[in-house]
Amino acid sequence: MLLEVKNIKFSHDGKTPLIKCISFCIEAGERVALVGPSGCGKSTLAQIIAGYIKPHGGKILFDGAPLPDRGYCPIQLIYQHPEKAINPRWRLGKTLREAWDPDESLLKDLGIEKAWLDRYPSELSGGELQRFCIARALAPQTRLIIADEISTMLDVITQAQVWEVLLKVTQERGIGIIAITHSEDLAKRVCTRVINFEDLNNR
Amino acid sequence: MRGLNRRTSAAITAIVILAIIIAIYLGGSLLPDSALKADFSQKALKPSVDHIFGTDYLGRDMFVRTIKGLSLSLTVGAIASCISALIALVIGTTAALGKGLIDHAINWFIDVFMSVPHTVLLILIAMVLDRGATGVLIGIALTHWCQLARIVRAEVLQVRSQQFVLASRKFGKSPFWIAKEHIFPHVIPQFFVGLILMFPHAIMHESGLTFLGFGLPPEQPAIGIILSEAMSYISSGAWWLAFFPGLSLVILVLLIDKLGSTVRYLLEPREAQM
Amino acid sequence: MKALEVKNLSISFNRYQKGLKKKDLKVISNLNISLYEGQILAIAGSSGSGKSLLAHAILGILPKNAKVEGTMLWYGEPLTLSLQKKLRGKELALVPQSITYLDPIKRVGKQISEDQSKVTAVLKRYDLSEKIKRLYPFELSGGMARRVLLATAVAGNAKVIIADEPTPGLSKELAETAMSHFRELADQGAAVLLITHDLDLALRYADRIAVFYAGTTVEIAKASDFEREELLRHPYSRALWNAMPQNNFKSTPGVQPYAGSIESGCVFAPRCNLKTLECTQTTPPMRILRDGEVCCYHAT
Repeated sequence: MLLEVKNIKFSHDGKTPLIKCISFCIEAGERVALVGPSGCGKSTLAQIIAGYIKPHGGKILFDGAPLPDRGYCPIQLIYQHPEKAINPRWRLGKTLREAWDPDESLLKDLGIEKAWLDRYPSELSGGELQRFCIARALAPQTRLIIADEISTMLDVITQAQVWEVLLKVTQERGIGIIAITHSEDLAKRVCTRVINFEDLNNR
Repeated sequence: MRGLNRRTSAAITAIVILAIIIAIYLGGSLLPDSALKADFSQKALKPSVDHIFGTDYLGRDMFVRTIKGLSLSLTVGAIASCISALIALVIGTTAALGKGLIDHAINWFIDVFMSVPHTVLLILIAMVLDRGATGVLIGIALTHWCQLARIVRAEVLQVRSQQFVLASRKFGKSPFWIAKEHIFPHVIPQFFVGLILMFPHAIMHESGLTFLGFGLPPEQPAIGIILSEAMSYISSGAWWLAFFPGLSLVILVLLIDKLGSTVRYLLEPREAQM
Repeated sequence: MKALEVKNLSISFNRYQKGLKKKDLKVISNLNISLYEGQILAIAGSSGSGKSLLAHAILGILPKNAKVEGTMLWYGEPLTLSLQKKLRGKELALVPQSITYLDPIKRVGKQISEDQSKVTAVLKRYDLSEKIKRLYPFELSGGMARRVLLATAVAGNAKVIIADEPTPGLSKELAETAMSHFRELADQGAAVLLITHDLDLALRYADRIAVFYAGTTVEIAKASDFEREELLRHPYSRALWNAMPQNNFKSTPGVQPYAGSIESGCVFAPRCNLKTLECTQTTPPMRILRDGEVCCYHAT
């Protein structure tokens, strides 16, 4: 059992519960799609699982233990908007190396050109920045990736490109994926199992 | 300035002003002290080619006195501002990075501090420290950090909540590393601008304090002293004794202010897009 | 009936690079589209590729540092700045991306239209209660905000409606509802230009699709042409078709270049496996092919 989500509860204002009581499990190497209408709490759940937000109840167990507070987190979250996840004052090479030193073949597969490493985020498009965010999240210590609508803002070809690489790398290394998406076609292509958020939340 | 875009002309403006300020500062040490000796044959002369700002009742050249005074003000103002800015940096950062209780405590303290009329506080501190240059310096340093501390705190809080900083922890980076690589570079531009903009306040307060008698001693050719002496001679018609030094002080302060806002314009990343 | 025609439109911005130099950044180059009454034309391209600027150019609300070249025709007449000003908000309407386009300190009712009877009629049409009139823009929820923006366009009896990314952030149901409203407007005789990054949505509701690449339109096809790869004309459109998850989910190597970074020749040439010398030397003109238009020397 790679990831155990146990009885997670969360509410933004302390009164109306957003996440009532959610539990599910993910095995290593599984690719799970998390679908549901927008605003229902999928992104919030993603942040709780990745350790960005503390739930008001329940716990997250990774490999049987709670997520470590320090060191490289084995659960990496990739956001929908890459511009927000990158320091605008750093050159992109530095942003990439903040996590790890990716090998050239991975960068090539993701379509990241050498010239881009010296540029600043404002000089590149969203699609190009997203490739950096994905490369950054694929360090050797990563065991689970949560992809929160990562290709929604991308054009179809870039979407196919990044998912091709993600699938290849995650299959090679046995990394699990939780993909949040509203595209049923994408979910069917990428994932082995589909979880409906609302079904889980209302159980 | 035709053909130059706004940023280039701003850069040139900044460099020119900086050059003027440095010239005034250096002028203070380079101009001969002999010009400050009393020479009763040159007593109270109106502005002329030999003495462009005129002379005072001791026959001393007003131009040299003014430049030396401005230079002194710049020195005291600069040192006091730097110390004050450092205090602001430490307090602002501590408030923003500390747990909620520390932040609340510091905010409360800043509010209380700011509610005291700071000229009064300044005079009190200067008196306790026996006046003189040290008194003025420490007085200004201890009373001017509040606004900059607030700005620093706001900037640190803002960058701290950004996704890329939160993600940095997940990449295994220590809080110290994050402060050094993410937070510090983000805060520095605003901090630097705030520091420059502190100078005018510091200089005006130093002059004001000296004018009132709580600051630099009368042997120093401080602007405050010059103006204070000039006041007693106004009725005798020697208008140039107060006019030129006063005007020079105002111009210096305005120039520094303009430098600050120009530097802010140049450093703002948003501005880099337009 | 051709409501709006855009010919060889190029938009570039004068921007500061790092440091003190200013540079011209081309965002749209040689764009050609035509809007017909009763039809929805969708421009599909990735987010941030400059498609919104097309909307602003048509309305005449580009920022001051923008340089515009090319011609735009309104029912055959040249679309000058003064004509744009006259038509804006009335026969030529914009449904913007978000409510930040509305005046935040004016109540919604006043912003939909000056004429209150029109406001009442249009609110009823979109199932919004009268109470909305008294609210401020920030008090509207996502779905309500969408409908209010739509209402603003409709209240002016627009003949040409430009919808700039109307669906991001909306749930599937709300997005479908929004699109069905546009369909309704088109069916009633308006010409609708839909700018979106959501190709699936565009395919379901638009009549024709303009494929946007590197700042220009490389093909204008019927939406039904996307059902089979062979029906598409331009190599890029075929690559798009192949990449869709419901088709082959296969990518084409390479990255979309910035507008204007390809000095001469076809913008897609560097990634195209059909390219010949001609393709790299001269830009192929837009030509009519099988009930659609394409910019390619080799399209059949």
